[in-house]
Amino acid sequence: MRDVMPRWADVVLIPLISLVLAFLLSAVVIVAIGEDPLAAVRMMVTGALGSTYAWGYTLYYATNFIFTGLAVAVAFHARLFNIGGEGQATLGGLGVALVCLALPWPHWVLALPAAVLAAALFGAAWAAIPAWLQAKRGSHIVITTIMFNFIGAAVLNYMLVNVMRPQGSMDPATERFPPGTHLPTLHDLLALVGIPFSKAAPANIAFLIALAACLLVWLLIWRTRLGYEIRAYGHSEPAAIYAGIRPVRVVMLTMLVSGALAGLMAVNTVMGEAERLVLNSVEGAGFIGIAVALMGRSHPFGVLLAAILFGFLYQGGAELALWTDIPRELIVVIQALVILFTGALDNMVRMPLERLFLALRKRRT
Amino acid sequence: MTFLGKTLAASAALALIAGAALAEPAMVYDLGGKFDKSFNEAAFNGAERWKAETGGTYREIELQSEAQREQALRRFAEAGLNPIVMAGFAFGAVLGEVAADYPDTKFVIIDTKVEAPNVRAIEYSEHQGSYLVGMMAAMASRTGTVGFIGGMDIPLIRKFACGYAQGVKAVNPDATVIQNMTGTTPAAWADPVKGGELARAQIAQGADVIYAAAGSTGVGVLQTAADEGILSIGVDSNQNYLHPGQVLTSMIKRVDIAVYNAFTAGADLETGYFVLGLADDGVGYALDEHNAALVTAEMQAAVDAAKAGIIAGEIVVHDYMSDNTCPVN
Repeated sequence: MRDVMPRWADVVLIPLISLVLAFLLSAVVIVAIGEDPLAAVRMMVTGALGSTYAWGYTLYYATNFIFTGLAVAVAFHARLFNIGGEGQATLGGLGVALVCLALPWPHWVLALPAAVLAAALFGAAWAAIPAWLQAKRGSHIVITTIMFNFIGAAVLNYMLVNVMRPQGSMDPATERFPPGTHLPTLHDLLALVGIPFSKAAPANIAFLIALAACLLVWLLIWRTRLGYEIRAYGHSEPAAIYAGIRPVRVVMLTMLVSGALAGLMAVNTVMGEAERLVLNSVEGAGFIGIAVALMGRSHPFGVLLAAILFGFLYQGGAELALWTDIPRELIVVIQALVILFTGALDNMVRMPLERLFLALRKRRT
Repeated sequence: MTFLGKTLAASAALALIAGAALAEPAMVYDLGGKFDKSFNEAAFNGAERWKAETGGTYREIELQSEAQREQALRRFAEAGLNPIVMAGFAFGAVLGEVAADYPDTKFVIIDTKVEAPNVRAIEYSEHQGSYLVGMMAAMASRTGTVGFIGGMDIPLIRKFACGYAQGVKAVNPDATVIQNMTGTTPAAWADPVKGGELARAQIAQGADVIYAAAGSTGVGVLQTAADEGILSIGVDSNQNYLHPGQVLTSMIKRVDIAVYNAFTAGADLETGYFVLGLADDGVGYALDEHNAALVTAEMQAAVDAAKAGIIAGEIVVHDYMSDNTCPVN
């Protein structure tokens, strides 16, 4: 099965065809409600890619999806389906907020490493319990991680409403972080090298951390002993055990890394954008991460590209909501179609394409 | 400069595509969506009333994510829309930052206090209105047990619950008030199925009047109450019409008037901080042809007397949010 198609077809052609199908179907939907699909597409493209302001938002969303996508991808390599990215990112946010509010940070250079560490630790801790239950008790990770999403939401709600909310404030959110924790945006960073970039957009230094995370995940999976163990365990548990790999260790370590990556997302949303902790700072990015990892074939570079695509969909959708009368629900439909085609309906494109390539090869031989 | 120029050109082009004229007003709905039959829909109704009466046009957006709050405010302000009205306390922190960058734009925020020279902040005394419908619930109840179903468990909703419980106890000190919150995440504003389940559980415990302060979750509460043959109380918008003869009343919060007034005043609107209570008709209970048969003369007399008492300051309804405690429960 593996060598039916050349690699470029698997990596480029299938996602591309899926995307085109999704957009064609979206166009039908837009025509059906009486709007102009070409104008809508143009607005999405200029709104999400046409200016530095647009790129600033697209990359901001993409940063979230890189972290959660990598989290899901790492777990995939050990055949663990971590759908708890949502909860792990929620707890990561709590860690970031606790660190940012605990000390009068003099400068972000000091606050950032502490916040990164806290986000990763809190996210990993939240993944540790389901991981332990899976490794020791065989409780299915899909069930436990999704249940921990709800527990995480409840924990955060309790903390914000009863502990961290400033007296007299109605909003269940922490107070603003002190100025010493404010991260530089891409505007500030690019100004250093003389490139003008929109000041209003929220993309910040966390994007660079996300790029570094992509590289580190690649090194981990394909260049370290642990990565080899993770992949071996994912391919066949009995073979891995036979080779002397301890399943408990692999499951625990994989999930800790996965949870830490999901938790890191909070550096972008909580510290970089909102500069305070609000209730729903994650907003489904944990679940989008699943689609991103599927589309990116669990490879860090694929995750990066898929995350930028989803960032484009989010920011393009926001522009549609701002300037057209296309209702919010239909924008979600368009986003959902892309997820459906690239994630769930992968085989719909893959199987005819494989048949095509087989036929071509037969003719050649 | 070229990048900035491109940005400006892009915004201008978008504004042209959208047909936006200068000084159009704008309405920003919160994550609950404008058709929640409740809070956001009240704002929508106010905007639509202005549109019908003046023939004007306005821009609107229903948010999808937290990051869009600041984005929507900035984009609308940059496009020259004025005034910009936003429905929901969650805009407070964002507006506090954004307002200073657009001194020529007037902003109106509902449900929280933001201090800036170009902001009109409006809050409502929901505890007063809830007190009145609590009295009506206690008078209509035969079992002596009434229910409250809140949306998301936040101080604002506890303020509704506390005012309601005080009203119930004022009429019948021995009454039981069962309180449930739908959830701890924003999804609790839009979960009519769970609202219905909670209503069923409260009915099983003997409740025969249930007050729902839960956004569109309340639609499920009202539906279940109607199916099970007990009374319910709507919130924010007048929801009596949803189940005529089965909704005792609605605690109305005149968000629609706030939006209508802001749109009418246009760029000249008065800024500052306003708390609208019973005295200003900012909150109240709904009486129309759909619930006329349910509200007895005795009930109406008692509620109107209490309303006069609250306005005169003879009856003080405790505001949960003043100290995060409630004297009754």
